[in-house]
Amino acid sequence: MTQAEITPDTAPLAEPDLLPGETVRRSGVLRRALRLRRTQIGLVMFVLVVGVAVVGPFVAPHSPTEFVGAPFDPPSSSAWLGTDSLGRDVLSRVLHGGWTVLWMSFSAAALGLLVGIVIGMTAGFARKAVDDTIMAGTDLVLAFPSIVLVLMVVSLLGTDLWLIVLLTAASHAPRVARLSRGLTMDLRGRSFVEAAEVLGVPRLKVLFSDILPSMSLPLSVEFGLRLTWSVLLIASLSFLGFGVQAPQSDWGLIINENRTGISISPLAVLAPATLIAMLSISVSLVSEGLGRTIAGTDRTEVQ
Amino acid sequence: MTLVEVSDFQVTLDRGGRAIVDEVGFTMEAGEIVALVGESGSGKTTIGTALLGFFRSGASPASGRIVVDGQDVLAMDVAELRAARGSLISYVPQDPTTALNPALRVGEQVLEVLAAHRTDGSRAEWREEVRAIFAEVQLPSTDEFLQRFPHQLSGGQQQRVCIAASLVARPRLIVFDEPTTGLDVTTQAYVLDVVRSVCSRHDIAALYITHDLAVVAAIADRVMVAYSGHLVETGRAAELFAAPREEYTRELLEAIPDLDRPRPSAAGAVAAVDGAAPAAPVLAVKDLTARYGRKTALHGVELSVRPGHCLAVVGESGSGKTTLGRCIIGLMDSYDGAVELAGETLPRSVRRRTRRQHQELQYVFQNPYASLNPRQTIGHSLAVPLKGLGGVGGAALDSQIGDALEKVRLPRSVMHQYPGELSGGERQRVAIARALASGPKVLVCDEITSALDVSVQASIVDLLHELQVQEQLALLFVTHNLALTRWIADEVMVMRSGRVVESGPCDQVLTQPTDAYTQRLLDSTPRLAAVAG
Amino acid sequence: MSAEDLTASIETLENEGVLHRLPPEPAPAPGEAVPKPSARRHLWIVRRLAYTVVSLLVVSILVFGATQILPGDAANAILGNQATPKALAQMRAQLGLDQPITAQYLSWITGALHGDFGTSLTLNEPVSQVLAEKVRNSGVLLLLTVIVIVPVSVLLGVYTAVKRDKLFDTATLSVLMVVSALPEFVLGIFLVVIFSTGLMHLFPATALLAADQNPLSTPNALVLPVAVLVLVSVPYLTRLIRASMIEVLDSDYVQNARLKGISERRILFRHALPNALVPPVQALAETLAYLVGGVVVVEYLFAYPGLGTALTDAVSGRDLPMVQASTLLLATVYMVVNLLADVATVYLTPKLRTATS
Repeated sequence: MTQAEITPDTAPLAEPDLLPGETVRRSGVLRRALRLRRTQIGLVMFVLVVGVAVVGPFVAPHSPTEFVGAPFDPPSSSAWLGTDSLGRDVLSRVLHGGWTVLWMSFSAAALGLLVGIVIGMTAGFARKAVDDTIMAGTDLVLAFPSIVLVLMVVSLLGTDLWLIVLLTAASHAPRVARLSRGLTMDLRGRSFVEAAEVLGVPRLKVLFSDILPSMSLPLSVEFGLRLTWSVLLIASLSFLGFGVQAPQSDWGLIINENRTGISISPLAVLAPATLIAMLSISVSLVSEGLGRTIAGTDRTEVQ
Repeated sequence: MTLVEVSDFQVTLDRGGRAIVDEVGFTMEAGEIVALVGESGSGKTTIGTALLGFFRSGASPASGRIVVDGQDVLAMDVAELRAARGSLISYVPQDPTTALNPALRVGEQVLEVLAAHRTDGSRAEWREEVRAIFAEVQLPSTDEFLQRFPHQLSGGQQQRVCIAASLVARPRLIVFDEPTTGLDVTTQAYVLDVVRSVCSRHDIAALYITHDLAVVAAIADRVMVAYSGHLVETGRAAELFAAPREEYTRELLEAIPDLDRPRPSAAGAVAAVDGAAPAAPVLAVKDLTARYGRKTALHGVELSVRPGHCLAVVGESGSGKTTLGRCIIGLMDSYDGAVELAGETLPRSVRRRTRRQHQELQYVFQNPYASLNPRQTIGHSLAVPLKGLGGVGGAALDSQIGDALEKVRLPRSVMHQYPGELSGGERQRVAIARALASGPKVLVCDEITSALDVSVQASIVDLLHELQVQEQLALLFVTHNLALTRWIADEVMVMRSGRVVESGPCDQVLTQPTDAYTQRLLDSTPRLAAVAG
Repeated sequence: MSAEDLTASIETLENEGVLHRLPPEPAPAPGEAVPKPSARRHLWIVRRLAYTVVSLLVVSILVFGATQILPGDAANAILGNQATPKALAQMRAQLGLDQPITAQYLSWITGALHGDFGTSLTLNEPVSQVLAEKVRNSGVLLLLTVIVIVPVSVLLGVYTAVKRDKLFDTATLSVLMVVSALPEFVLGIFLVVIFSTGLMHLFPATALLAADQNPLSTPNALVLPVAVLVLVSVPYLTRLIRASMIEVLDSDYVQNARLKGISERRILFRHALPNALVPPVQALAETLAYLVGGVVVVEYLFAYPGLGTALTDAVSGRDLPMVQASTLLLATVYMVVNLLADVATVYLTPKLRTATS
């Protein structure tokens, strides 16, 4: 609810439509986002999960492939979370199994964002024919649900972690492209961008000094969203058996391996499931906090 | 008989408790039209909607009484308020395009008021009443028209639907909240006519909220002037206009552009130039025809502006006046014909123009809230033309930015601030400073005061006029406000649907127009003097 | 509204990503009659249809072309590594692999249009026969999910919007946000641990079906899979309906209706809802598309014999005809759903629907 709608005391046209966060400087947003409870909880959870994934391999009591007991042993002093379907230490496998989903998700989100921005801004600036072609292209990629797209290519080329990163990025790119195309087209018609053109500022410079900075806040929220989706997709693929291959360890894979014993040894499934849940929840909490701050500041700043 | 009695009324913000309306008291007689005038932040809308017991979220009445027809509005509960709204007191909103529900047919949006307030009668009977009301506000009352959706009506028709809805349940009081602000002057004149006639015919009292004193002259018996939450002056319209008691009212009256009087400070500026031999035009537009897709926006427009002169381009919405400005500056490039700067034909697109052409031809945008990059300091924004077009750099840059700010009467320290920290008027000054930084010969101004309050508008126009004389600028001043041209222009060009209907010296066009449309514009433009008659 | 306005409105919606973008329409020559708005709208729908058909063709080319990049071909896959060159050649001739690639595509796509997707390499049965039952099973799953999520998210979305910033609203939003961040299989695992093991043995942890068995004959087994799909899709829809509803409730026309003395009930049902439910139509299409992906994981988790398990099995076994057929089917579902959503949006929005001079 904007001020202008309710108190038409302002003359018409007084307030332009603003992009989310357009009136605010970035440092301010971060500081204000950090004051939100959800951002704080998200950050703490995120640090915890990343800590487990990064430090885990160094503190794990056993090797992730070492057999320490019979299948689905209950928790004991040598295997705190019990053993898995093959008699390996669940705790050690969990401590070793977080790193892959982390690096894969981050690379996929970053790559997808980058490619998407380039495509979207090109479409937003190009002639209508080029724009239409690019947008039809994104429609085609979007016609395949992300997971189906990945599975189709994996069935042809085999499971390779980098291939999965590339495909995940490819499923992000059209969505990011649509967003950044919309933002670019919107900004391109803004008076302050036109003003730069009238002042003879070269196009590329307009792009980098006026357009890109104004997109940074919505795009940073989009990065959080893409990261959440990457975690969902990559963990799911790994659960389906199309990620890290046994006997190596990965949270999704551990769940797949041990779900037959879910009634005997639920910890072997619940431990990795909880970590994946914490990872995706923490990422979405932080990006939600950021998004809220940006949306909320429009109201308070524009007065 | 006294219909409305407001006494010692105060509205405060829930957060902080600051009063946005304070010590307000007034009365209204039955059938009386009272205007409530004020600029942004005067609290005029808050006072107006308070009569309906409505407060925007975050604001609440703190003290005082509002009695309408013997009933205390502030003491009503939800059900009583609902019963009173629309039937005892009704409301006509500022912007009919957003105030009508896009998914409901217009007949239904009027009929639902009867359905909500009548305890007797059938829908068929109500429908007849709606028809009658439509006829009364001079809308077609056919079934086909009643079945239309809001987007199928023009702006003036939409506003009359809102008036019909406010009228249909026969209220004693209608609050008009700037109902003509978004409308063209000719449409505004028509709507004002309707307001006047329905109020007098049904003996309905009206509180007419506006920022435009000239409109007041056309409609109100009495005027109340609001300033920062207080009523500073109240009186009969004629008396108040002739002899304002308060300093603020006097300033406000002086700031209103009026067809009947030139701006005092502007006199004598042109004479100095006319003493010399007339210079050759520095900007000329030859046979310009512009198209948006299949639609032709401009038909063979011609114009020329000499150094030190100001040409005002006047027109209502859809006249093509803004398109003309954009063609000249090169932001719109699908046109035939030529734009010449000092005899040299300019490339169509702004991107193909040379640095010297950028330097000599500059542009100020309509909306100062959008034309400065919100992420850059004012200094940064001003440095762009100084560095890029003027070649200024190093230590000289800061001092020149400061000079540019002083030229538009802003303190040098503004360079460290962000646009968000400045008011609309200050931002528009910065935008003018930026356009002038490269020392242009021609400046195109597109409705640069339409987003500003009248008092700010007056100061911006004064400033522009001074600079124009000082720097021997050729000025192309695009506006919808015919009265404003009186202050600034040497020549006026009137446009309608993409064509020039009349052009000539300002005095001649404004006093002896040859074209019927110009005459209609002149007749529709409210004048302060009207109150005398 | 004039014909140009209609086209402009549709273009705006396309640019905002509300409607799918269509390729530009050639401007009529000067003097050529401009079609009436109603004709224009039908024209738009025809163009939208044509766009879907063309996109589907391109998708089919992509799906077919992708399978051509494989080293080795179906003959290799069927006969294995030890096959003699002669046997391979014979097999290739039999499968039509010696034909030029365009001819192969044409015969594949004509077959596909007649419901013939070739023979499964692992099951040695016609693909269409294998898939028919799985499509029905997945369809049942999706249909049940949609039947649940639409009323649930409309109710939740509208109620939280009306009670905005109250305790119920903030609590619901928090729960929804947490749930929406969870992958399907993690949610599924939690549900299985809670409802199928240990304390409660309410529902089976798997939903295995005998061949030819109608999934509706074992409703108990469907509860958990449907619950997972509902849980992953309700948050998005609810939040969207809530946001859309809040925007409408804050609009000038709702405020104006209040100032006309209209009852809150009528404001909610006549003024707010018809406007607030248009954006969610598109979102429902998106949700369905997302569910089509989610079905893959959920079916695998519960060992439910649907299109998803068929796809994962086919990918593991490199059963190309099966992969081709199932991806093409899933993409078709996505495109048709989007087509329907676009048409529904145009018909639900008076500004796009009406036509007067």
